[in-house]
Amino acid sequence: MPAPYKITVENAGEATCYENERVLVALERAQGFGRLKNLPRKLPVGCRRGGCGVCRARVLSGNYRTDPMSRAHVSEADEAVGLVLSCAIYALGDLSLRLEAPQPHKQTPNIT
Amino acid sequence: MALTGVLRPGFVQVRVLDMQAAIDHYTKRIGLHEVMTGEDGRVYLKSGDEFDHHSVILRKADHAGSDLMSFKVASEADLDSFEKRIVAYGYPVDHVPAGEQPGIGRRIGFTTASGHRFELYAHAEFSEPKPLIHNPDVWSVEPHGMGARRFDHALFYGPNVDENLDFFEKVLDFRCAERLDTPDGLLAIWLSCGMKAHDVAFVKHPEPSKTHHVSFELESWADVGHAADIITCYDISRDVGPTRHGITRGQTIYFFDPSGNRNEVFAGGYTYYPDSPTRTWDHTEIGKAIFYYERQLNEAFLSVVT
Repeated sequence: MPAPYKITVENAGEATCYENERVLVALERAQGFGRLKNLPRKLPVGCRRGGCGVCRARVLSGNYRTDPMSRAHVSEADEAVGLVLSCAIYALGDLSLRLEAPQPHKQTPNIT
Repeated sequence: MALTGVLRPGFVQVRVLDMQAAIDHYTKRIGLHEVMTGEDGRVYLKSGDEFDHHSVILRKADHAGSDLMSFKVASEADLDSFEKRIVAYGYPVDHVPAGEQPGIGRRIGFTTASGHRFELYAHAEFSEPKPLIHNPDVWSVEPHGMGARRFDHALFYGPNVDENLDFFEKVLDFRCAERLDTPDGLLAIWLSCGMKAHDVAFVKHPEPSKTHHVSFELESWADVGHAADIITCYDISRDVGPTRHGITRGQTIYFFDPSGNRNEVFAGGYTYYPDSPTRTWDHTEIGKAIFYYERQLNEAFLSVVT
């Protein structure tokens, strides 16, 4: 299947993802165009390089390839069941995703 | 001599997921030089404007972050004296023999209440390239990439920032150049061991041992703009900036290395004298304190760490 691919975010909307583009970057663009209207909260964007873990997501269906991801956030067992950092995966076809709830220590503390 | 005891930051050991991508980032983009690869695979880097053997160590690992930061002290006798003071404060001290890192003498190590490992050492050999010292031209090798002049400081996240402040002031003779307080207590501290506005900083965070950023100094605000051009041109993940910090007044841009570790390059900032009073910020102006032009925190500042 040739790119661009369709990324469906469960209960939120759709994004268009180009060849060799990080899925999170495609989601950021879609959010900018108002295509992810029903996200429960702002798209979690951190380092975009597989290190910080804020963009954890579960791939519900579709093929993809990955860059290295920090094992502090995605274990081998996680990876085997489709848990990924969305910044470190590249679509190889249409994908369906569920954004994972943030880990408790990743939530921004209330400082006001 | 005015500067005694702890002189300045020495080196930081950064964990990377892809060694070649990390080397390319820190050398070609940030502008450091590769000194050597050690027998265990760690890669040693320096700026051409630094004399000592290295200031950044890259270690391949399965998760991002940093292993340790070191400070150079003025003499071997200082190492012994600091060891006594650290032990007396109640922290265990361990010993790393000379040569564990090439070109570096014996080190002492300890872990702060925030969960971070720090080390002190007194001796470092020189390595090439380094600044000229007789009728010196401005550089021996032409700067490249962002033109980083030195590893300048790091900002760490962890609990017990109050105890870190007490420890660094009482035991290592640092001074608090700036602090940020909220109704919930002390949120962050910027500590100086010399005449820079900060040599290390801490922000309160529930998880211990976290790294917010490793920072490199540039010559000018124009160089921060050039760094921003490099960041976009080579598709480096940008966090925020170019902007200025209210705290320290540094002109800055935040971005991420290929393993997701946050880097900063910055220019400027005020001179901190040992008799300068501590500058204080409260929660009503936290936005301006951190990002002076945006006047608000981005979501990543308090939550994205490695």
